[in-house]
Amino acid sequence: MKRIVPFVSGLLFGLGLCLAGMTDPHKVLAFLDLAGNWDPSLALVMGGAWAVAFVAFRCAGRGPFAPAPATPKTIDGRLLGGAAIFGLGWGLVGLCPGPALADLGLLDGRALLFALAMASGVRAADFALAEARTARLTAEDG
Amino acid sequence: MHIDWAQFTPASALAGGALIGLAAALLLLREGRILGASGIFAGLARPKAGDLDWRLAFVAGLVAAPALAALLFGVAAPAIAAAPNTLIVGGLLVGFGARLANGCTSGHGVCGLARLSPRSLAATLTFMTAGFAAVFASRHLLG
Repeated sequence: MKRIVPFVSGLLFGLGLCLAGMTDPHKVLAFLDLAGNWDPSLALVMGGAWAVAFVAFRCAGRGPFAPAPATPKTIDGRLLGGAAIFGLGWGLVGLCPGPALADLGLLDGRALLFALAMASGVRAADFALAEARTARLTAEDG
Repeated sequence: MHIDWAQFTPASALAGGALIGLAAALLLLREGRILGASGIFAGLARPKAGDLDWRLAFVAGLVAAPALAALLFGVAAPAIAAAPNTLIVGGLLVGFGARLANGCTSGHGVCGLARLSPRSLAATLTFMTAGFAAVFASRHLLG
């Protein structure tokens, strides 16, 4: 039972990504190409998802599963720098994490290569963050 | 700007978006979790005991989706055209950046904006701008 809800959620998420065309790097890049032949479809994907999720968050605020307040709260260099790096990679290939994982289902070696690189990127970031934390603690001690 | 009306697919975009929102609603209202693909994936890239099974189940559903989408909606399998080197660099940037920013298109762009988080708005505006810039550079400056 514990795994059914996450499985169904992942399946619905993936079906939505496939139907909307977000699993197709060509479609995503056409949305990001403002100066070329622009395909605005993905703005509607975001809008449709936002509207349903907005209602869900309103409902969750009163229910037993109210989400924990988002942490941390500050807009800092880590957030903006990370988002910028992420956006560059997204624009380079046309895949972000959700669609990249769904595309593993295509049994295409290129999707696997991208996912492995993504995992390495996550581990590199965790390593960098741990190093920064250690450096900060050492500086405070000194 | 020139809108490519021939490629514009408003109905499937809205319907797909609604399904994405529904997936986020389900995970939120039944599990109390935020649907953030990079966060869910990060927990698999660096596994912790007792925190794995729901993530694996979510990704299993995600991976099963293209086959079911082909069956239900007749969605053709997309082609990933990028060269291996581009895929490696892009994947590293996406994983590294999303981890630093604590979220990606789903976590910040859908869930964060839906809960009206100023951090997510800042992140979304930043990664969209960077995405536009990367495509502009690769297609119109270098390409």
